[in-house]
Amino acid sequence: MSGLASTRVGEKRASLLRRPFFWVIALTVAVFALLPWLRNDVELRESLVLAAIYVILASNLNVMLGYAGYINFGSIVFFGLGGYICVYLMAVPHWPLAAAVVAAGVAVSGLAFLFGLGVLRLRGAYFALATIGVNEAVQAFVTNFAPWGGSSGMYLSTGLFKPLGGPMQALWTIYFLLIAIMGISLYLSWGIKVSKFGLGLLAIGQNEDAASVLGVPAPLYKALAYSTTAFLPAMAGGLYYFKGAFIQPTDAFDLTFSTEAIAIVMLGGQGTIAGPAIGAFFYEQLRGWLLTSDTFSNFQLVAAGALLLVIVLFLPGGLMGWLYARWPRVRRVLE
Amino acid sequence: MSGLIASIIDGVLVGSVYGLAAMGLTLIWGVMDVVNLTHGSMIVAGMFGLYLLTNDLGMAPYATLPVVLVGGFFAGLALYWIAVHRMIGRPPLMSLLSTFSVNLVLIGLGTAVWGTVLFNVPVSFPGFSIGRYTFPGTHILAAALTAALALCLYFFLHRTRLGKAIRAVAGNRGAAELVGIPTTRVLSFAFALGASLAGVSGMLIATLFPFTLLSGDAYQLKSFVVIVLGGLGNPTGALVGGIALGLVEGLVTPFMPVSWTLVIEFGLFVVVLIACPNGLFALRRS
Repeated sequence: MSGLASTRVGEKRASLLRRPFFWVIALTVAVFALLPWLRNDVELRESLVLAAIYVILASNLNVMLGYAGYINFGSIVFFGLGGYICVYLMAVPHWPLAAAVVAAGVAVSGLAFLFGLGVLRLRGAYFALATIGVNEAVQAFVTNFAPWGGSSGMYLSTGLFKPLGGPMQALWTIYFLLIAIMGISLYLSWGIKVSKFGLGLLAIGQNEDAASVLGVPAPLYKALAYSTTAFLPAMAGGLYYFKGAFIQPTDAFDLTFSTEAIAIVMLGGQGTIAGPAIGAFFYEQLRGWLLTSDTFSNFQLVAAGALLLVIVLFLPGGLMGWLYARWPRVRRVLE
Repeated sequence: MSGLIASIIDGVLVGSVYGLAAMGLTLIWGVMDVVNLTHGSMIVAGMFGLYLLTNDLGMAPYATLPVVLVGGFFAGLALYWIAVHRMIGRPPLMSLLSTFSVNLVLIGLGTAVWGTVLFNVPVSFPGFSIGRYTFPGTHILAAALTAALALCLYFFLHRTRLGKAIRAVAGNRGAAELVGIPTTRVLSFAFALGASLAGVSGMLIATLFPFTLLSGDAYQLKSFVVIVLGGLGNPTGALVGGIALGLVEGLVTPFMPVSWTLVIEFGLFVVVLIACPNGLFALRRS
């Protein structure tokens, strides 16, 4: 967690606009949104959807993992629950998409806050184990929960795409919304990092007892961070499963998805904002390449595992740590 | 009523094998503060050890136990030097990730070779019946072998020099080093022992139930539940925790659809972690 000391707190919010990183994020979001649309390239769009989901999951996970030093193995539970709530609200009471997505975000975030107050009393490996338990308990519950379709899941009728101008148009709308959530995720994790709240989280990450003694309200901050970072993944989950028009427990609460998110944060560099985003993009590209390549399609997991092992063993700071060490000036552009 | 008792007894028999699986995990956690995420693949390795040795080499099912024990030990030794050694003393996240990535490699290699089809090793051993209820011989034998192994482990940890060294390193690594204990060698031995126990438990589980290459994840999660019930880092507690889990399974099965047991298990897991993170038996020990 070195390199965090340079976080400049207390600068006026307006000055964020003058920092190059603000425009780096804006440009990235614009490229994501416009590139497939201008080229009308559906294949590229689908690949970027997945990359955007990884960016959303990783940068929200990073707030707990990179700032506060809490390993959440069950971050996917936010995404899956958000998906379930959104799909349910659209399928049964026939809410419009926007209302259902926001309701999913608010509900999951509220649940996460309540849960955080309990689970976050645990530290280190105990917390990590508890998050696995929460994910598995929720998955087991949903598998048995008849109103949500139990183990066979829920389908949406394609008629629900009509208010958005038919399936073709709807998929583009969902894509732009996801890209917007990706942009907000990046700005949010940056905003948290340069705020007093973020400084408190970073202090908790370095030494929780010392932070508490110095007046950081650790339990409240941790629960707030947990619930804030549940909001956007839940909304993304709602959009993602609406897009697929199908949700089932084994996909929605797949632990590999959350471990992938951890791997991405490590790959890019924990505690940085650009790191998880770059890590997510490269991970998605690598995964796509491994899945389609003739030689490696059977060894996709092996290659991903070996890569991660090399990073953990030899480059614990991830890509950004390596860049910062080589070219310290990078820090001014990519935070 | 007698159905309930039979279900509970069978739950306890199977639960003790879960306890054996968890013993390896909790031993490693207690000695070096490492949550070993290759645990699931070691369990699966034990399962495939049984399958390959009986199917391809024609060994008797229970004769494979020593082979799996020794093989698991050397596999664990290799894992320690590849993934764990550099992580000792680093933040827990690092060892979680390194063992997780090795697990991905192992599972990836396994699925490339064997796929994810269901395997079954037919093992027959005479059981005995009370009234209408039959206790399968494999369940009884698995529980008996577990009890014997647990006893051996207990005596090893409390009566032998190496075992005492392991406990000393678990208690305080710095102090152990000061009195001349070669901590690195002890750590690698403890890790290998933990992996070997996981392998043997996998072999025993494979005599009870069919399995796939991906079964390891489910049993790894069960092991987490068990070590939390028994107290992290406490091998004897793990056996008791396993029996407690089996008891819960046995109690619940007659009353509810099987799929609900998972909800109860993981609910219990989270509640116990929050309410008494040192395990259900921590109060009595202190």
